[in-house]
Amino acid sequence: MLRHMLGAVALCAVGVGAQAQTVKIGVVTTLSGPAASLGQQLRDGFQLALDQSGGKLGGMAVELTVLDDELKPDVAVTKVRGLIESGKADVVVGPIFSNVLLAIFKPVTESGAVLISPNAGPSTYAGRACVKNFFVTSYQNDQPHSVSGQYAQDSGYKRVFLLAPNYQAGKDALAGFKSKFKGEVVGEEYVPLTQMDFQSEIAKIAAAKPDAVYAFMPGGIGIALVKQYRQAGLASVPFLSAFTVDESTLPAQGEAAVGFYSGANWAPNLDNAANKAFVAAFEAKYHYVPATYAAQSFDAALALDAAIGKAGGTADKAKLIAALETAAIASVRGSFKFGVNHYPVQDFYLTQVVKRADGKFQTEVRKKVFTADVDPYASQCKMN
Amino acid sequence: MTLLIVQLLNGVQLGLLLFLIAAGLTLVFGVMDFINLAHGVQYMLGAYLGVAFFGMTGSFWLALVLAAGAAGAAGLVLEWLVFRHLYGRDHLDQVLATFGVIMALNEGVRVIWGAAPLEMPMPEVLSGSFQLMPGLRYPFYRVALIVAGLGVAGGLAWAVNRTRVGMLVRAGTSNAVMVSALGVDIERLFRGVFGVGAVLAGFAGVLAAPLVAVEPAMGDNLLILAFVVIVIGGVGAIRGAFVAAVLVGLVDTVGRTLVTDAVRVALGASGAARVGPAVASMLIYLVMAAVLAVRPAGLFPAARGA
Repeated sequence: MLRHMLGAVALCAVGVGAQAQTVKIGVVTTLSGPAASLGQQLRDGFQLALDQSGGKLGGMAVELTVLDDELKPDVAVTKVRGLIESGKADVVVGPIFSNVLLAIFKPVTESGAVLISPNAGPSTYAGRACVKNFFVTSYQNDQPHSVSGQYAQDSGYKRVFLLAPNYQAGKDALAGFKSKFKGEVVGEEYVPLTQMDFQSEIAKIAAAKPDAVYAFMPGGIGIALVKQYRQAGLASVPFLSAFTVDESTLPAQGEAAVGFYSGANWAPNLDNAANKAFVAAFEAKYHYVPATYAAQSFDAALALDAAIGKAGGTADKAKLIAALETAAIASVRGSFKFGVNHYPVQDFYLTQVVKRADGKFQTEVRKKVFTADVDPYASQCKMN
Repeated sequence: MTLLIVQLLNGVQLGLLLFLIAAGLTLVFGVMDFINLAHGVQYMLGAYLGVAFFGMTGSFWLALVLAAGAAGAAGLVLEWLVFRHLYGRDHLDQVLATFGVIMALNEGVRVIWGAAPLEMPMPEVLSGSFQLMPGLRYPFYRVALIVAGLGVAGGLAWAVNRTRVGMLVRAGTSNAVMVSALGVDIERLFRGVFGVGAVLAGFAGVLAAPLVAVEPAMGDNLLILAFVVIVIGGVGAIRGAFVAAVLVGLVDTVGRTLVTDAVRVALGASGAARVGPAVASMLIYLVMAAVLAVRPAGLFPAARGA
């Protein structure tokens, strides 16, 4: 944190000295608490892109401020308001979690600044409530779950067991899965977010004998579930998921997760030149395997780089927004563009966990499930 | 029917894991009348130390012994640094100070080991499993957890009820001032009890590590469960903590299933998906409220002096 602030101050000094225009960017992410490893990925992905272009975006020096939202919406609002009122944010990039995004959305967008979400993609702003100065570089939240639903349907699975935490995102996740899966749901369990032992659910899965399991179990509960699922000898039942086995949880799941599936818009082995260079540079600099959080944040920086260059700065917001809408970037995802609602139009894949030759774990693309997928809310968005 | 028996076993096993954590807490609370919210982070510290020692030695068993010892030592350092100054003060001061310890240690492990969750493998000897019902295997490691829980329960029951130190502990629980007046160095007794509590928390942390995610704040949720256990069981009572832990384990495992099924019968599938989980997650607290309504001091309250 301090290092980045010092970096920002130094960059600022350089900018002033050279009498050049600086662009002010605030990154809002979660850097404390159990979810800090996700927030770090976001910050590191953005920082990497910035470093690769010599601390500049669109040829202009960047004054970067990194804020820790602590995964508390009220804290995030206070800090973001402070940032905007002190004139330190033409563009705000963040956050990880949808509840934080919902809190900071109005303070940022109503101030006229451009808000770019590199992870959270709630349906709230994808349809009728879409606004011009809000962009998403990740996905609409329903999409990663419908990937597994479509895959289960395509694979001819008849009976599926569903598992998610008992809160809104958990219910949305299973609704997303069911929007594409037409077979029988033999069990639908909602567990407390604080649960640590899943023996009870595992016994029910074994008793139900499903063709596959679909789980949305983010963070620590996913780590516990995957280990216990493997230990209970259930791994012969295909394990489909989203945000349950990815590069942020794999270091703690290790062998237990090998072979498990996930629905995603990216994987470290996605075959394109930009991605190969990104993953290699990221691992060399930060010594861990990037997950989607880092990739989407890297792409956010690329989009800003292209748009700021084209708009000649961030002073004219209308120009910047127009430039973002049409930004042509060498995305780590290959094909990527913003749709009418400023959410991405992109491909989605079924990924699978593998152990790499160097002993680390990552997800790898197995099958493209959706091509140039548009989220289900985009048609309701009338941008004006 | 098979499923119900399996769930009973799961409930008992979860209960024993909870007992390992609650035992130390109830001792400290009972004997020293000290609310130690930091007990959960001591459990976390045990898990992290276990991973660290496993990395150094490559042996789960060595890591278990070293980490439990180191967690005990860390507990004594905390006692000397912070808790000692709070014994005479009221519960609110203790809550505030130990809450501060929670935040400091949660951030501390993040600074030392990073924010990313860590992995702790099972010991090689216990990595096998046996078939519990068709399609479901039960890891030997969980059997070992049950044995460890029963062993600790037996050991503590023996130590508290049959030894001289145990007698002092019981005496301290009912009237610490009187014990002190009789010439017992109560400070040393407190320190000993606190050390044992910290070792138990660390021991539980290492044992739980192969099943869960070793990450900052992993003990925070468990702390709440542990408090539910000691409140139901009666503060300071090992027997109470044991019975209450198994009760909470059973309610959380079997009760949750039964309630969800009952709601499904009553409201149909769509209603069940909404109401079932909400009621199920309240269940242990409802049990706690019911117990407190009938027996305000818990199921097995330790005898207390005026």
